[in-house]
Amino acid sequence: MSKSVNELGPMILNVKGVWKSFEDKDVLKGIDLEVYRGQIVALIGSSGSGKSTLLRSVNLLEEISDGQILLNDVDIADPRINQDEVRRQIGLVFQAYNLFAHLSILENITLALRHVQGLEAEEAKTKALALLDRIGLLEKANEYPDKLSGGQQQRTAIMRAVALNPTLLLLDEVTSALDPELVSEVLELIRDLKASGTSILMATHELSFARDVADWVVFLDGGVIIEEGPAKDFFENPKMPRTIEFLQRLRRRAGEQ
Amino acid sequence: MSNSEARRFSPSEIELDRRAFRLARKRKSTLVAFISTLAFAVFAWFALVSSPGWPRVEQSFFNWETAVEAFPAVIDGLLLNLRVLFFSAIGVLVFGLTLALLRTLRSPIFTPIRLLARGYVDLFRGLPLIIVLYLVGFGIPGLRLEFLGRIPVEVLGTVALTLTYSAYVAEVFRAGIEAVHPSQRLAARSLGLTYGQTMKLVVLPQAFRKVAPPLMNDFVSLQKDVGLISVLGAVDAVRAAQIEVAQFANFTPYVVAGLLFVLLAIPTVRAADYVTNRLAKREQAGGVL
Ligand SMILES: Nc1ncnc2c1ncn2[C@@H]1O[C@H](COP(=O)(O)OP(=O)(O)O)[C@@H](O)[C@H]1O
Ligand SMILES: [Mg+2]
Repeated sequence: MSKSVNELGPMILNVKGVWKSFEDKDVLKGIDLEVYRGQIVALIGSSGSGKSTLLRSVNLLEEISDGQILLNDVDIADPRINQDEVRRQIGLVFQAYNLFAHLSILENITLALRHVQGLEAEEAKTKALALLDRIGLLEKANEYPDKLSGGQQQRTAIMRAVALNPTLLLLDEVTSALDPELVSEVLELIRDLKASGTSILMATHELSFARDVADWVVFLDGGVIIEEGPAKDFFENPKMPRTIEFLQRLRRRAGEQ
Repeated sequence: MSNSEARRFSPSEIELDRRAFRLARKRKSTLVAFISTLAFAVFAWFALVSSPGWPRVEQSFFNWETAVEAFPAVIDGLLLNLRVLFFSAIGVLVFGLTLALLRTLRSPIFTPIRLLARGYVDLFRGLPLIIVLYLVGFGIPGLRLEFLGRIPVEVLGTVALTLTYSAYVAEVFRAGIEAVHPSQRLAARSLGLTYGQTMKLVVLPQAFRKVAPPLMNDFVSLQKDVGLISVLGAVDAVRAAQIEVAQFANFTPYVVAGLLFVLLAIPTVRAADYVTNRLAKREQAGGVL
């Protein structure tokens, strides 16, 4: 595979030989992975393969056991680095419980704008309303999260992260907890974000979305990258038996639904 | 807009019949409740009044003249209780919250502090309040720390109440903090909020809502227990009543003081019920709070 910088733009994230153990259990066993600016890299793999652990490690919510994580060429796994500063540059959205239950939709978005970026209340509000408008939730601005559908909640959570203009956006199965008819509105938003140049590393079970929108697909199994490649190649022509088996199993399950 | 769109639906015969039945049933059960309550009250009243010792009890516990005589002194005492209540409530909130936060610290550096906070909570949850009152009330002055001067007994009482109640309230707060979904904390940190900001802006506001009912119950207990500072000799409502009792050789002043404490508690108890119900409704509506 040839990845010249001209073709791909600058490298945003470079994960080099990352190991992660909990007690005596190795969850990540030497992960190497790159994300270039404006790319979507999709992480796929069965439950327990280490996708969430990898994403959380990149956002410094977990301390890795070995290896390096370079964000714009700076090793953010170095304990001498200001972790809060790093997290400001990286957005992370989970499967559920992202939105702060005691704050309105608007306040959810303005919270970090004000307390992390230091914007004035008015400025933060203007910015947040513009973002809500972009996802068609302007009239929900003063509602509380429990009044929104799962899809609306997830879109708000993604916009909340985007509001801080993150260098990199991490999405951890953001559609997995949603009813099928709500999945597409969230995927549509991710597609839009890519179009506007956001760099994204996402764990997902949405194979057709990964095939259509992702630039690069990484298949993780038992904490090891089994196979990776450009999305079309990867799905049309998987080489490793475990990849083939995994894809078949997921497609069978999708077919059953 | 056409007429049929503007009009609301009109209930069918069947529905009207159902409504009439529900209304009649409700009236009937209200009536039954009223009659049975009344019957019970009348019965209890006669049982009491016809008991052989009633005239004596009435004379020494429910004597109107004595009540009127004792009232001003007891009210004066109650003002002291209210002052003690005010300061110990604030003390308890601050100290209890601090203890709870210390117990949530994860980093190994804080292990000694965490253990200390836990030991404190274990100790003061186990110690009877009255013993803490004696130890603080007579122990601290016994140290003869000149720079402190003579500490008024009500201050010592406030300290003892704060020490004891903080242990309970710390546990309440800790439970509340732990009941906030862990993703909320991670979501806050991933936005770049610091540990302190996350606690202040995300975790504690949610924890406070969750623990409002048990917290208010503890406040109700504290409202009564401020009466215990009388054992240190502070002239509060209870002690004032005691003095009046000795003077009139009649127990009515105790009843007066007791009723005043009950009156004090009722608004808080009602407020606690209200808050609890409102939170329960939110939970049922599928809210995450
Ligand atoms: N805090 C933890 N302590 C111990 N084991 C963990 C912890 N977090 C994750 N694991 C383990 O790591 C493995 C990978 O989990 P995870 O990263 O959540 O996988 P995925 O997101 O792909 O489903 C699982 O076996 C899980 O049990
Ligand atoms: Mg996961």
